[in-house]
Amino acid sequence: MSVPAGVNGAGPPTGAKPHPSGDNRFKILEATMKKHQHQPDALIEVLHTAQELFGYLENDLLLHIAHSLKLPLSRVYGVATFYHFFSLKPKGKHTCVICMGTACYVKGAANLLAAIEQETGIHSGETTPDGAISLLTARCLGACGIAPANVYDGSVAGNQSTDDVLNRVKEWRNNDNIATK
Amino acid sequence: MITSPLNEVVEKETAAAKPKCLRCCVAAGCLSSGSLAVKQSLQASVTEAGLQDEVHVKGVGCMGLCSQGPLVQADPDKVLYTGVTAESAPTIVSALQGAKVDLPTTDLNHPFFTLQRPIVLENSGRIDPERIEEYLVANGYQALYAAVRDMTPKDVVDAITSSGLRGRGGAGYPTGLKWALVAKTPSHQKYIVCNADEGDPGAFMDRSVLESDPHRVLEGMALAGYAVGATQGFIYVRGEYPLAISRLQTAIKQARRLGVLGSQIFESGFDFKIDLRIGAGAFVCGEETALMASIEGKRGIPRVRPPYPAESGLWGQPTLINNVETFANVAPIIRNGPDWFSSIGTGKSKGTKVFALAGKITNTGLIEVPMGTPLSTIVEVMGGGTPDGSAIKAVQTGGPSGGCIPAHKLDTPVDYESLASIGSIMGSGGMIVMDADNNMVDVARYFMEFCMEESCGKCIPCRAGTVQIHRILTKIHEGKAGQEDIETLEQLCEMVKSASLCGLGQSAPNPVLSTLRYFREDYTALLPKASEVTV
Ligand SMILES: Cc1cc2nc3c(=O)[nH]c(=O)nc-3n(C[C@H](O)[C@H](O)[C@H](O)COP(=O)(O)O)c2cc1C
Ligand code: SF4
Ligand code: FES
Ligand code: FES
Repeated sequence: MSVPAGVNGAGPPTGAKPHPSGDNRFKILEATMKKHQHQPDALIEVLHTAQELFGYLENDLLLHIAHSLKLPLSRVYGVATFYHFFSLKPKGKHTCVICMGTACYVKGAANLLAAIEQETGIHSGETTPDGAISLLTARCLGACGIAPANVYDGSVAGNQSTDDVLNRVKEWRNNDNIATK
Repeated sequence: MITSPLNEVVEKETAAAKPKCLRCCVAAGCLSSGSLAVKQSLQASVTEAGLQDEVHVKGVGCMGLCSQGPLVQADPDKVLYTGVTAESAPTIVSALQGAKVDLPTTDLNHPFFTLQRPIVLENSGRIDPERIEEYLVANGYQALYAAVRDMTPKDVVDAITSSGLRGRGGAGYPTGLKWALVAKTPSHQKYIVCNADEGDPGAFMDRSVLESDPHRVLEGMALAGYAVGATQGFIYVRGEYPLAISRLQTAIKQARRLGVLGSQIFESGFDFKIDLRIGAGAFVCGEETALMASIEGKRGIPRVRPPYPAESGLWGQPTLINNVETFANVAPIIRNGPDWFSSIGTGKSKGTKVFALAGKITNTGLIEVPMGTPLSTIVEVMGGGTPDGSAIKAVQTGGPSGGCIPAHKLDTPVDYESLASIGSIMGSGGMIVMDADNNMVDVARYFMEFCMEESCGKCIPCRAGTVQIHRILTKIHEGKAGQEDIETLEQLCEMVKSASLCGLGQSAPNPVLSTLRYFREDYTALLPKASEVTV
C-alpha cells in the first residue's frame, strides 16, 4: 500500500545494495531514494534523478530502481515508458528540440522540423548513427511569445528560421570536427 | 493592515529603497533573448557611474510584451525600453541621468497596457520573484495573516464563495463550492494540490505567474489549506518549466525561513507545508485524477468520477485541486474583500482572466482583462491585429479541447458561457490568432494528432476514435476524401465526445466540430469536384 510521501512508513533501506560498479552516480541515486524513504510513490522523482545522472534509463538501471523501491519491474517500466520525458535510449552529443506547440506551429514550426529532418536524415525521437545529434519535438516550451522557439543543447532560442536551425547543426558539426582533429 | 511579525522585514526593505529603479525582465521569454547579460550590463554601468546608492537594478518577472524583449523599465521615468542588448544597456543608465537618448521604447499608453486590469499579475514585472521581502512590501502574506488570526476557516470559504471566483483551469467550476465540499468531508488528513501542468500548447499564463510571483500561489494554497483543514500541499509543475521550478523552490525555502509556511503559522495552530512534484511530460496529467495518480508515482491514467477528489483524492483522502491562476486570485480576494472582486467582470464570470496572445498577432504576450471584454478588443485593439495587417481568420481558444472562433464572432465577450455558446471554451487562457495562411483542416488535424498521441489509451472511443478521425482528416487534407467521409467524420466526433471517459477524449473533437461549423468551405474546397458537392 502507498503511504503519503513525508510520512515515515518504511523502515531503513535494507533492500538496496550499492551497485557493484561502485559508480558514484549510484550513490547520488541512492541518496535520492533515501530522502524519499524508499517510498514507491517517489518513483517518478527517482526516475527524474536517474535520467539526470545517467542521461537515459537503461534496463539495468530500471531493474536496480525496481529492487530498491521494492516495486515490480513492470510497474517501473510502465511508468518510464508512459511519460515522454523519460528516454530509454542514449541521447546524442547534441540535442535539438523543435517546439511543435500551437503558437510555434501556426508560425511555421513544421518547416523547421522538415528542414532539420532532411539535413540530418533522422526523424523526431531519433539520434544520428554517429551519435552526434538527437532530434526531439516538444509540446510547448512556454516561450510562445517568441515563437517559433527551439531548444539547442538546453538553451531556448526564439524567432527561429530554417536558416537558424540549419546553421546550428552546421556549427555543431564543424566544432566537433575541429575537436576531433 | 501590516502583519506585525513581518513588520520589521517590510520596514527594513522600505528604508533601503532607492529613488530610481531599473527593472529588467528575467522571465523565460526575455531570458532566452539574453536579458541576463542586459541585467549584468545595467548593474556594471550603474556601478561605473557611481550611482549604486541612487539606482536599484533588479530582475523582475514578465512585463507582458514578451515578443519585444528583453524589456527594461526605468522608474520613476516610466519608460519601457524594448529589445535591449548588453551594448545598449549603458545608454539607459545615461538616460536615467538626464541624457537625451535614442533607444527603442514602447508606448505605455497603448491599449495593450491601459485596458488591462491586473489582479493575478499585479506584481508581475514589478517585484523580484526571488525575494520574499519584495512580495511582503507588496502586501504579501497579509491575507494569510488576517485569515489565521481573525477569520474562521468557514469565513474564508464563505468569502471565496461570495466572490464568485470560478476555476481558471478550464472548466470554470465555482471555487467556493469545491472548497466547501472538501471542508465538510471529515478526515484526519486532507491535501491541497495546485495544478501547474499547463498542458495547452501555446499557453504560458501559469508559467508566467510561477516565474514572476511564486509567493502569490503559495499564499493562495496556504489560505486554501486553512479554509478546508489541510496541512500538506503539492504543486504539480511541468518538467518543461525549469525556471518556474527553481523559483518555486526558492520561494518555498524563503517562506519556511520566515515562518509563513511550516508549523504554527503566525503563532496560530495552523500548520501548512508545500512540496513540489515535477511532471514528466504527459498532457493527460493535467486531468485531475490522472494528476493525482502521477503524484502517487504511477502512470497518469484518469479514473471514473465520482468519487471526486474532494471526497477521495490523493491516497484516498479528501483533496482540493485548483489551477495556478485560481490560487493566485485567492489572496487579493481575502485582502480586498469578496465584494471588490465580484464587482469586476460579468454576471456569472467574476474577476479577470489572463490570456496568452500568440500566433499571427503583433503584440505577442500576456494580458489580464476583466471578464466580459470582447474578443475583438483583445486581439485587435490590445493585440494590434496581425503583424502584416491582413485580416484575422480565426482565434483559437482552449487549445486541443477548444475551438476556432471565426472573425465575425469576435464581438463575443470572454466569459465562460459566451465562449461555450459559440462552440469553444474559455480554457486555460491560450489565445492563438490565425490568418488566411492557416488552413482550418490543417489546424483541426494538428489538434487531433495531438490528442491521438496524448490519449492514455484506457478507453476505446478515445484511443481508437482519435486515430480514425485523424485518418479521415489526413484523407481530406490530401484531397482523397469524398462527401461521405465528412459525414463519417461528424458521426465519429459525436461518438468520441459522448463515449470517452475523461475530458481529453470528450473534448478532442471540439477543434474539428468548430472548424466544420464555421469553416466548412476549407473542408469542401479539398474534396474532389468541390463544386458539385452539396453542403
Ligand atoms: C485532458 C485535460 C487536461 C487538463 N489540463 C489542465 C491543466 O493543464 N491545468 C489545469 O489547471 N487544469 C487542467 N485540466 C482541468 C483539471 O482537470 C481540473 O479541472 C482543474 O485543475 C481544476 O482547477 P480549477 O477548478 O481551479 O480550474 C485538464 C483537464 C483535462 C481533461
Ligand atoms: S478519454 Fe482518452 S485520455 Fe481520457 S481516459 Fe479515455 S483514453 Fe484516456
Ligand atoms: S507553442 Fe512553442 S513555445 Fe509555446
Ligand atoms: S518574458 Fe519578458 S516580458 Fe514576458
